[in-house]
Amino acid sequence: MDHTNVTPYAIRRIVLEQSKRAHVGHIGSSLSIADLIAALYGGALRISSPNDPDRDRFILSKGHAALALYAAIYLRGWIDAETLATFHRDGSALGVHPEPTLIGVDFATGSLGMGLSMAVGAALAARLQQSSRRTFVLLSDAELNEGSTWEAVMYAAQHRLSRLIALIDLNGQQALGYTCDVIRIDNVHERFTAFGWDAREVDGHDLPAIQQQIDALDLDGGQPHVLIARTTFGKGVSYMENQIRWHYMPMSDSEYAQALMEIAALHGVTEHA
Amino acid sequence: MRKTFAQTLIDLADRDPRVLLLTGDLGFMVLEPFIERHPDRFFNAGVAEQNMLGMAAGLAQAGFIPFCYSIVTFAALRPYEFIRNGAILQHLPVRVVSVGGGFEYGDAGPTHHGVEDIAIMRAQPGMMTVAPADAAQARTALRATWDMPTPIYYRLGKDDSYALPGLDGAFAVGRANQLRKGRDLLFVTAGAIAREVVAAADALAERGIQVSVLVVPTFNPDPADDLAAALASVPLAISVEAHYINGGVGSLTAEIIAERAIPTRLIRCGVRENHDGLSGSQAYYQRKHGIAAEPLVETAVNALQTAS
Repeated sequence: MDHTNVTPYAIRRIVLEQSKRAHVGHIGSSLSIADLIAALYGGALRISSPNDPDRDRFILSKGHAALALYAAIYLRGWIDAETLATFHRDGSALGVHPEPTLIGVDFATGSLGMGLSMAVGAALAARLQQSSRRTFVLLSDAELNEGSTWEAVMYAAQHRLSRLIALIDLNGQQALGYTCDVIRIDNVHERFTAFGWDAREVDGHDLPAIQQQIDALDLDGGQPHVLIARTTFGKGVSYMENQIRWHYMPMSDSEYAQALMEIAALHGVTEHA
Repeated sequence: MRKTFAQTLIDLADRDPRVLLLTGDLGFMVLEPFIERHPDRFFNAGVAEQNMLGMAAGLAQAGFIPFCYSIVTFAALRPYEFIRNGAILQHLPVRVVSVGGGFEYGDAGPTHHGVEDIAIMRAQPGMMTVAPADAAQARTALRATWDMPTPIYYRLGKDDSYALPGLDGAFAVGRANQLRKGRDLLFVTAGAIAREVVAAADALAERGIQVSVLVVPTFNPDPADDLAAALASVPLAISVEAHYINGGVGSLTAEIIAERAIPTRLIRCGVRENHDGLSGSQAYYQRKHGIAAEPLVETAVNALQTAS
């Protein structure tokens, strides 16, 4: 880890604090990707400065989990605590879905199924500019419902964009139900392999494993990469885990207190002031 | 206009490495010269227009100026949300190049008719819309706008040989072109249908009716002052568009009349009804919807008689 303060616990904690203060939902979706975001912003992403044109690009295609991204942007020191605390306030650059008005955010997302297309364009741009920068994009499994996602999947394979790295937050849930009940997407690995991608699976809550998988990718191999991260929706908070309602629900005071205790226990943190 | 556009784009690409051309698998006998000249800057997105416009946002974010080419309906309607959330909301210099506004692909049927594109693009304050009336204006318009920082929607006709009399390729952002000046009535039009309008104006002149013709080649910014001045000098205005009646140049004219309280009567000529399932040529549709020269003359004469 290059940035040792960007930890899954720190991200989860900020997600809980800010969503409680703002009294908003999308908590489960953000907790689901806390470890993936920590792996990226704690080490994998090469971003010396958010204004460096040759920085790695990251697109949070599942934009509703923006709080996890804002947490990372804060932990990297690109915004201060005061700015972070404007989340969900009137006139803030930190909205429910991310926009490039905020430093560290390259693309506006929130409409599902757009992120991979923009990532393909970003990867193509890097190639045209003869830059070795990489493009990472984090999708929800529900985004695999979108036809446009598969348009982008095919284009990336056709053009051998091997510096494009997609991560899929495979938590098995979408807004109104479990993916197996809405649009069944079994065999994600086989589907991507059939479309010409290098597909790998990883435990989306095993930080070292995620980092190892990213480090092991062949960036000149001619295939785009997908890391299929098996995750638990609401990871770390028992009453949220795998519960559909926590896509939208905000926390009560007692739920918040319990959530803080549980994520501390999950990460072996004994004190949380 | 489309070949002229492609040729002009080659000239721009020669000068500036940021210029890229993307297509949704269309442009046979149009795009080949660009592809031969700049093979590394041409990308066929396949029949996948959503991805094409999403990619364009990714390319533009890194500093490129991607031109995305297709037929109106596939370039503007299918990927509309990608244009909105990609180029427009993120203020990226993406270009949507739409061919065949109105009924230019008449015999291909309603799936290929571009009759609401100006309305949906005009609805977006961040989207400049350029609708040249002939090939020379398309060339000037592209040269004047290609590197502007906003996203731009270009609505092109297919014909490359016709030159609108008196236009001489004139174009300025936010300005209209006054082709003729007469005190009896004003035609306001946009795009390649201007050819029919000029023919109608000629026929009316032969009957001793003095007609003004105003061509509106840009929306967002709208040529509001030019329109207001032209409207204020006539008792009757007739808007003509190869487009649904709501949201296009007729609506713009009505907005100017209302907002500036101009005492001019307006008749809007355009497509007023949904497709009826019967097919035909461009000329057939233009006559049917009253926007060909002949029905326009009839509309004008009737309106003037009613007024007198």
